[in-house]
Amino acid sequence: MAIFDLDFFLQQGSFTLSVTDRSDCRSLALFGPSGSGKTSIVEVIAGLRTPSRGTICVGNRVLFSDKSGINLPSRFRGIGYVPQDVLLFPHLDTRENIIYGCPKGTVAIERLAETVEFLNLNAILDRQVSSLSGGERQRVALARALLSDPDVLLLDEPMAAVDLPHRRRILQVLLRIRDELEIPLVYVAHAPDEIATIAEHVLILEQGRLTMAGLPSEVLPKQAY
Amino acid sequence: MNPEILQIATFTTLAALIATAVMLVPGVAIGWLLARTNFRGKALLETAVSLPLVMPPVATGLLLLWLLGRRGPLGSLLELLGVEVVFTPGAVVIAMVVMGLPLLVRTARSGFEQATKRYEQIAETLGAGPWRVFTTITLPLAFRTILAGALLGFSRALGEFGATIVIAGSIPGHTRTLALGIYSFAEMGQNQDAAILLFISIAIAFTAVLVSNQLTRDP
Repeated sequence: MAIFDLDFFLQQGSFTLSVTDRSDCRSLALFGPSGSGKTSIVEVIAGLRTPSRGTICVGNRVLFSDKSGINLPSRFRGIGYVPQDVLLFPHLDTRENIIYGCPKGTVAIERLAETVEFLNLNAILDRQVSSLSGGERQRVALARALLSDPDVLLLDEPMAAVDLPHRRRILQVLLRIRDELEIPLVYVAHAPDEIATIAEHVLILEQGRLTMAGLPSEVLPKQAY
Repeated sequence: MNPEILQIATFTTLAALIATAVMLVPGVAIGWLLARTNFRGKALLETAVSLPLVMPPVATGLLLLWLLGRRGPLGSLLELLGVEVVFTPGAVVIAMVVMGLPLLVRTARSGFEQATKRYEQIAETLGAGPWRVFTTITLPLAFRTILAGALLGFSRALGEFGATIVIAGSIPGHTRTLALGIYSFAEMGQNQDAAILLFISIAIAFTAVLVSNQLTRDP
């Protein structure tokens, strides 16, 4: 479980985003149409965008607070970020991508083996990332984020480039990450059924505003169940 | 074959290689600064770096001569250290650096401006500090463009004439370069020698630009 305490205002050009919510859950989902601010929230938590004002706490860590003058750089936030476009480093092979954020040493080798086993990546470890399928890229990005030893995992539309048969498998992997590795998730998706499967708390966004927040069964369309 | 031709070709290639090596670090650094940072005087730096591209090369040579001549602000200091630059092979390299640097900076800048920023952000979320991000993500991703810029700078250095003749002269066996050699041989009616140098220039420049264009294309 992690406490997600989000209370911030972001202005970028004509786009404004205002979010106030506090939840204690294993997985927080962000749901809404394109341009509603889901990715912006993830990037604010990751430290890639700076709010105009407010406070962001995850777990017992203050990531941002304008009043206290705190704005932790991304590398100190303890987050594993899997962006929508995955962004595997194109000049590194699969193995080099996976271990990029992993501290060197014996423990790292053990953890690499565990993660590779966990995500079933053995067969593709030595391949160039340009030759990987959408689902494989997604799993490599997950492995890369996991090996950086995150306190929380940010997943921005992780199923966007994955075909239907592989979606269920990746969802199962994400549930194992949440439940077995006990890493809380922030999950962005367009599909209510995905969110219904994975989320314990949902924020519904529209045009940069939080319109509803609560349990998936309370805020998602009924057909998601 | 006139033995001077081989000496000219070797000297020019060597001088252009040294000039490219000298301009590489400042060229990449300035390209990165212009692409990634905002600071006071950025427009001024941008203009100053590009100036040799649009100024008459002879005017650039005159400026260098004023700067590095015995009574110049830099030249007088160097003289105190017993270093003389003007009309030496060193002056040839300096002229090449000044004339080639703008091309390297502009190409490196475009390399840094391309889509590397998001990769850098991901690297940072994975715990990498600024230096690790620069050496493991930014530089490798911009490498082909930087190399292409270096080749363009090398080609420009190879063909440099105006600034070189002012600051280094055209001393046979000492500071005479390919461009200066072609001009001198043609002026003296040694058309065959001029033609050989012309062919060498074209061959080297053609190869450098061809490789540079290949590098800036998508792999």
